[in-house]
Amino acid sequence: MDWDKFKVHGEPLIYGAMASIVLATIGIIVGLTYFKKWGYLWREWLTTVDHKRIGIMYILAALLMLFRGGVDAIMMKLQTAAPDLKFLDAQHYNEVFTTHGLIMILFMAMPFIIGLMNVIVPLQIGARDVAFPRLNAVSFWLFFFGAMLLNISFVIGGSPDAGWSAYFPLASIEFSPTVGNNYYSLALQISGIGTLLTGVNFIVTILKMRAPGMKLMKMPMFTWSVLITNVIIVFAFPVLTVALALMMFDRLFGSQFFTMANGGMDMLWANLFWVWGHPEVYIVVLPAFGIYSEIIATFSKKNLYGYTSMVFSMLIISLLSFLVWAHHFYTMGQGAMVNSFFSITTMAIAVPTGVKIFNWLFTLRKGRITFTTPMLYTLAFIPIFTIGGVTGVMLAMASADYQYHNTMFLVAHFHYVLIPGAVFAVIAGFHYWFPKVFGFRLNERLGKHAFWWIIISFNVSFFPLFILGLKGMTRRQYTYSADTGFGPLSMVSFIGAIGLTIGFVILVYNIYWSTRYEPRDTDGDPWDARTLEWATKSPIPAYNFAVVPTVNTRDAFWTAKQDKVPLYEDKITKIHMPSNTGKPFILGVIFFVAGFSLVFSLWIPAIISGVGILIVLAAMSFDRDHGFYIPAEEVIATEKKLRGETV
Amino acid sequence: MNKKGPLYALFLSLILLLPGCSSIAVLNPKGPAARTLSDTIILSIVMMLGVLAVVYILYVFVLVKYRAKKSNEDYIPPHEEGNKWLEAIWITIPIIIVSFLSVVTVKTTIDVENVAADYKDQKPLVIYASSSNWKWHFSYPEEGIETVNYVNIPVHRAVEFRLYSFGTISSLWIPQLGGQKYAMSDMLTTLHLSADTVGSYVGRNANFNGKGFAHMEFEALAMTDKDYKEWVKDVKETAGPLTEKEFKSLLEMEFVGRKTYTNTHLSFSPPPGNHGDHMSNNGTEMDMDNGSMEHQDNKEIHPAPAPSSETEFNSKPNPELDEESTTHDGH
Ligand code: HEM
Ligand SMILES: [Cu+2]
Ligand SMILES: [Cu+2]
Repeated sequence: MDWDKFKVHGEPLIYGAMASIVLATIGIIVGLTYFKKWGYLWREWLTTVDHKRIGIMYILAALLMLFRGGVDAIMMKLQTAAPDLKFLDAQHYNEVFTTHGLIMILFMAMPFIIGLMNVIVPLQIGARDVAFPRLNAVSFWLFFFGAMLLNISFVIGGSPDAGWSAYFPLASIEFSPTVGNNYYSLALQISGIGTLLTGVNFIVTILKMRAPGMKLMKMPMFTWSVLITNVIIVFAFPVLTVALALMMFDRLFGSQFFTMANGGMDMLWANLFWVWGHPEVYIVVLPAFGIYSEIIATFSKKNLYGYTSMVFSMLIISLLSFLVWAHHFYTMGQGAMVNSFFSITTMAIAVPTGVKIFNWLFTLRKGRITFTTPMLYTLAFIPIFTIGGVTGVMLAMASADYQYHNTMFLVAHFHYVLIPGAVFAVIAGFHYWFPKVFGFRLNERLGKHAFWWIIISFNVSFFPLFILGLKGMTRRQYTYSADTGFGPLSMVSFIGAIGLTIGFVILVYNIYWSTRYEPRDTDGDPWDARTLEWATKSPIPAYNFAVVPTVNTRDAFWTAKQDKVPLYEDKITKIHMPSNTGKPFILGVIFFVAGFSLVFSLWIPAIISGVGILIVLAAMSFDRDHGFYIPAEEVIATEKKLRGETV
Repeated sequence: MNKKGPLYALFLSLILLLPGCSSIAVLNPKGPAARTLSDTIILSIVMMLGVLAVVYILYVFVLVKYRAKKSNEDYIPPHEEGNKWLEAIWITIPIIIVSFLSVVTVKTTIDVENVAADYKDQKPLVIYASSSNWKWHFSYPEEGIETVNYVNIPVHRAVEFRLYSFGTISSLWIPQLGGQKYAMSDMLTTLHLSADTVGSYVGRNANFNGKGFAHMEFEALAMTDKDYKEWVKDVKETAGPLTEKEFKSLLEMEFVGRKTYTNTHLSFSPPPGNHGDHMSNNGTEMDMDNGSMEHQDNKEIHPAPAPSSETEFNSKPNPELDEESTTHDGH
């Protein structure tokens, strides 16, 4: 066996990372054993099918990945802070920006959003769980082990190095001979299957499990955004699945779909990738719109302005998102007519997006606005995202894009869209829903400190990139000479990145500080909010609602509070619950082993784990466990305790 | 929120300063194509600043006016479903803006995809530009010469670059002369550029293609017609021929400096067909036969593409082709 291909050579940074991974793992294992927490971990978390816990695990994993992607980002910024720096070499820089992009979009932004929707959507629609709780666990573990597979790549064998878009023929075995892009195809495939399952699960959940009276047009805006997002997932992810499978065949089995010889077509990859890749951007941005809508309504004490046009604009955006993919390669020589078509469809997206911005502004108008931390992120989103939006229109103009394409201008644009459009949103949602899940708020003063660091540094870091792009600096360029004149602005950008880091550190410190010192809320409605999730007790009991509420208006909880009518009668009956299962976790582990074996072409373990996957799937399908009932007396007792009465 | 005001004022003034700043390559064009693009970009910046202004003014207004204060503690915000007239306004106005920009886009895209209006009546100078690893090969079929990692062109002359690659996708970009275009292994793409000011411009690959990407730069030198003719003459007198063997060894290398030759690789290593050839699924000349590995090695399998104009390299045999001369590096 060729052990050499497992090794990554030469970099002190990588050895350092390796050592810290090993130490952290040992630390976790020792800690769990010492505190006798293995059983707890297994029973309460690894085997859980509770949507709230699965959501929490998604969010934890996403925060970890935010850290990982952030370290990548700061390394890149350091390397390009001044001309001719030698901090990273070309190969290492290429691996770093590739994993940064992949991790931020696929393993940070999307899981964070899926985490929030796991926790919140069933509560918002007055349901007790998602439609398929066990499938939900499968989704999570596939995502998790897919992410882990990508994360070990930089210490075992080398990371993907052809960019997150992995254009062929560069990503083929001929031009990227390390195993990096094998990791790419397998890690994304595994987590992508998980995401596709989530899509199906949430569509069914939202369509089938809404509380009585909650018509589609009475759903909270976040639920609407999640529904539309999951429809996009179901249409977009199969394309990725196929593209990655073909990529895997090319790299592992010598097929020639995207190579240069024997009729392989590199443009086919570009098309398939972006047919998925562009909608993917909306998969992370649309739920953010939903989160902001909830927060704006809550903190201006008003119902959402233009609800119907908000819903329709999301529907139109989701349709258009499938009609614009070629704007990622206007310069591929497809001619003026094709480019014009895609220019127009792309610019058209600006119209429904604009509708949303104005509706938000008019929700604020005549409101009574309070500046809590989640609201601050929401308010900062509006002007910053608008910059991202208008530069998007500029990029959409095919002719002008011949000058912006693949430059720092583009990098600035998509960070101006993704950071306010996804990262601020999940942070805002995190602050907003935190008390619902954990029963206490995050500290407001620390929250605001973090906020100002992040907002100001973000602009310092990314605005200069617009100008650098127009100066002719391309993206993915690990170094440049002094006479290009890129130096000063790159340094400013690096300083901004340091500020961003400080902001994120304060944010994490806030979580720690608040866990220890913040007073607990007990009534479950700390923000005086409007939607159903706030009608549950905090912390939320496993069954969510003791009695399923009945909904008459859009802001059901708000009207109930206003009119002082209860959401449900006090008639508690026994509640059916799904039982925990370890099979999704085991399935994830086997997928991980299978993926790892395929990355290194270890056929025998790959075949064995393939069989293992089939066995676990069969075992899951023939499972006769139909869950259990919580008796009415127990529910009543729990409810009393949560209300603070003694049993 | 007021802490953000000055910050944005700063950014806005930065954007406004842009056009005046000559170190910004894209906004400092030296040829008609780049000028069209620069004008388009500035127009779009101005329009987008208008959009930003509307949003920002409304934003600051609502935040200042409707913030929770001690004095409005018992103010109860109204319930508002929306207003179809207002919503119609912010649907219609963006549609008008987008339609206007669409017209501009279509028009300018067609413009830069073709020979610049001023040079319409000329026969363009055809230069084949191909990439291999991290270097650029420029073949001048008309003159029968080839350079590596630098390209000289006459000013006030339409230049038609025909781009392709001996490997990964690259993108030829000379920001001050025009936009970029991909160079791919399985088809030719065409890029129309021209310079109207004598000078040396930075050109580079703009599409990431591996380890040497950051160093894949070249010089584009726009010279007077007289200097250009002299340079061509000089090359023919002093440079040596490009043999098939030499060319193969060039392809193998990761980087080289500047090189100059008295013939082109087009005759023994023809470029792939046009984009249309394999996009339209007709005939046997699909990219199956035109695949690039072949276009480097076995010329017999597929013939060179048919000449599209008399400047085509294989339509006019070059008398100088077999002349003896010596190689010289750079110029
Ligand atoms: C937190 C601060 C961040 C910083 C300082 C940062 C910085 C960077 C830098 C320096 C690059 C590489 C530019 C280049 O050389 O081409 C990059 C690329 C990228 N970033 Fe970020 N980034 C940040 C956050 C994010 C977030 C939150 C996302 C997505 C949600 C994201 C998505 C991407 C993507 C997709 C790429 C392209 C990768 C590629 O070219 O293959 N980044 N970022
Ligand atoms: Cu796109
Ligand atoms: Cu093509």
